[in-house]
Amino acid sequence: MALPSYAGTGEKLWYYTYRLLCGLIFLFLIVPIIVIVPLSFNAEPYFTFTREMLALNPEGYSLRWYDALLSSEEWLRAIRNSFFIATSSAIISTALGTLAALGLSRRQMPYRTVITAVLISPMIVPLIITAAALFSFYARINLANTFFSIIMAHVVLGTPFVVITVTAALSGFDQQLIRAAQSLGANQLTTFFKVILPLLLPGVIAGALFAFITSLDEVVVVLFLAGPEQTPMTVRMFSGLREEISPTILALATILVGISILLLTSMEMLRRHSERHRGLTPG
Amino acid sequence: MADVTAPGFVPEARQETLTTADGTPLKVSLRRSQRRQRRRAFYLVAPLLFFLLITFGWPIAQMTFRSIYNPEVANYLPETSAAIANWTADEVPGEEVFAAMARDMQLGLEDRTIGRAAARINREIPGARSLVMGTARDLDEMQAPYREAFLQADEDWADLEFWRLIKRETRILTPAYYLLALDFEYNAEGEIVERPEVYQVYRLLFWRTAWMSLAITGLCIALGYPIAHLLATLPLRTSNLLMILVLLPFWTSLLVRTSAWIVLLQQEGVINDLLVWSNIVDDDGRVRMIYNQIGTIVAMTHILLPFMILPLYSVMKTIPPSYMRAARSLGATQFTAFTKVYMPLTLPGLAAGVLLVFILAIGYYITPALVGGESGIFISNLIAQNMQGTSAQLKLASALATILLVAVLVLYWAFNKLIGVDRLKFG
Repeated sequence: MALPSYAGTGEKLWYYTYRLLCGLIFLFLIVPIIVIVPLSFNAEPYFTFTREMLALNPEGYSLRWYDALLSSEEWLRAIRNSFFIATSSAIISTALGTLAALGLSRRQMPYRTVITAVLISPMIVPLIITAAALFSFYARINLANTFFSIIMAHVVLGTPFVVITVTAALSGFDQQLIRAAQSLGANQLTTFFKVILPLLLPGVIAGALFAFITSLDEVVVVLFLAGPEQTPMTVRMFSGLREEISPTILALATILVGISILLLTSMEMLRRHSERHRGLTPG
Repeated sequence: MADVTAPGFVPEARQETLTTADGTPLKVSLRRSQRRQRRRAFYLVAPLLFFLLITFGWPIAQMTFRSIYNPEVANYLPETSAAIANWTADEVPGEEVFAAMARDMQLGLEDRTIGRAAARINREIPGARSLVMGTARDLDEMQAPYREAFLQADEDWADLEFWRLIKRETRILTPAYYLLALDFEYNAEGEIVERPEVYQVYRLLFWRTAWMSLAITGLCIALGYPIAHLLATLPLRTSNLLMILVLLPFWTSLLVRTSAWIVLLQQEGVINDLLVWSNIVDDDGRVRMIYNQIGTIVAMTHILLPFMILPLYSVMKTIPPSYMRAARSLGATQFTAFTKVYMPLTLPGLAAGVLLVFILAIGYYITPALVGGESGIFISNLIAQNMQGTSAQLKLASALATILLVAVLVLYWAFNKLIGVDRLKFG
């Protein structure tokens, strides 16, 4: 939306004010995430910039909080727990969600809208309600404080994202290809693995990444379901933020931002990949 | 099918029924094949659907049921429950109720549940425990008629309030926890009244959750609309780059973003340091921006903003720029063209964003718990608090959660009607 050459002074003024405003909003979005990165290298146990840091004096910076994080057995176990839970639940969510999306995108699917609404609902129901309900449910069958219950809970929370992304990927899928494959003699399974899945893969991977990050970031349900053995990093971080505030948390936060950037990049690459496949080149 | 052997059968005029190779009528065959395809589609969805019904729907149904389920008194005093049903509540009950109570006490003494029953009643009427337990202890020395014997043992047995409570609590389904969740209670006469003002918290919290979520939604519109518009109108290369600034927060952990706001907003934090450094405030006058409502609103606006921008952006991208040019060429000012042509076209995106942000906001727990202090917490935080309490508090938590759930489901239904969940997309 370039400024037209006939624009008057008032219009020019508005145009630049608007741009400035947008710039400020972008700053609001990104500054909080940027600001924690240098603070995690703080040499002092504060959550704020010291005089030395502002003077860019190397004395003001240190890796002590990363060292504290990575040499603490408790933190390491929490990080391991998180990745274990996230990986297992992402795999199950992806399998269940992809199957469901394949069914939902068939023309003959009965009660499509109602069923879609039910499948997406875990994303909409407030987490505290899910947590309260699941805690009582698993406590009654003596499965609270187990990895099993946490992973099952995270599968519930992760599937809506898989269903949404895979359904979106399927909406651009040419159903003729299935008939073509079958007319050439492929059976259902061969068609699925040789034709449908390769074309759908970017969507499936995107859904899996969504499920993974949803589980990795989830706090409320694990707060109720996890015992000391299963405590994931988010729960430790949450109690850390409530009690002793130490820059160790910022070190972990910086690592998590790094993971987010990694995931975001892979998503962008997946998107470009699938656009290329459909003959739409990104501009 | 026409009967070939029937007299008067004329082959040329027979009703032609199309059949498949094996002779079944085409219609039947088609219907059968469609049914098979419907079943196949359903089989694909079934694993997830049943998984969700068992590990998500059923627990929530259980929780909802728990908020009205009140079996203790009816279980512990089964005969009294039956006998008191016909009592009219205006005078001390007759012998049959007292006799039933005596039998229940006898049973309760045998299987040691009488203490639990007394404790349960004591929760409603302090002092009822000693009344029940005292009489139960002397029960073997008593004999019919029990009415006189009980009244002689303790004159509190003539207390109508006590009997009204028993009658009320023998109902297996009770609205009591919902009354509590809305700051009402039963008084001594069994009427529904408001709780004393010092105990009134929940209505305030529901109200606060609603208005703060509205404020957050409003801020998200104010900040998200210009950004979405800019992204939709810039050349694709630039807007893809700027989109990263929206997507990175979206992909960053909620806890990371909340801790970032603690870093920025606290009294010894970055923003206050900047204000002191630039002499806008002096060191003693540091602004309190966190552990109150401001903290919650700022942090949650930041966290939910991408949920407003993304649906708006996806709608705005489909609006051809030529519409605005056409409006301008027909003499509309920039402002008129925007409000009369552009804005109405963005309404579906706006509705999606508003509902999404509001639905997510009213259920928030983590961010208000960390940056909300006392004045900035939401109803979710009280649900969490009550979850860690006694069984009565657990039921209250279930009632609060059910009310919140109903609110969310109504909004979700509206979302589905207006926009349709199948049109939800990310990134």
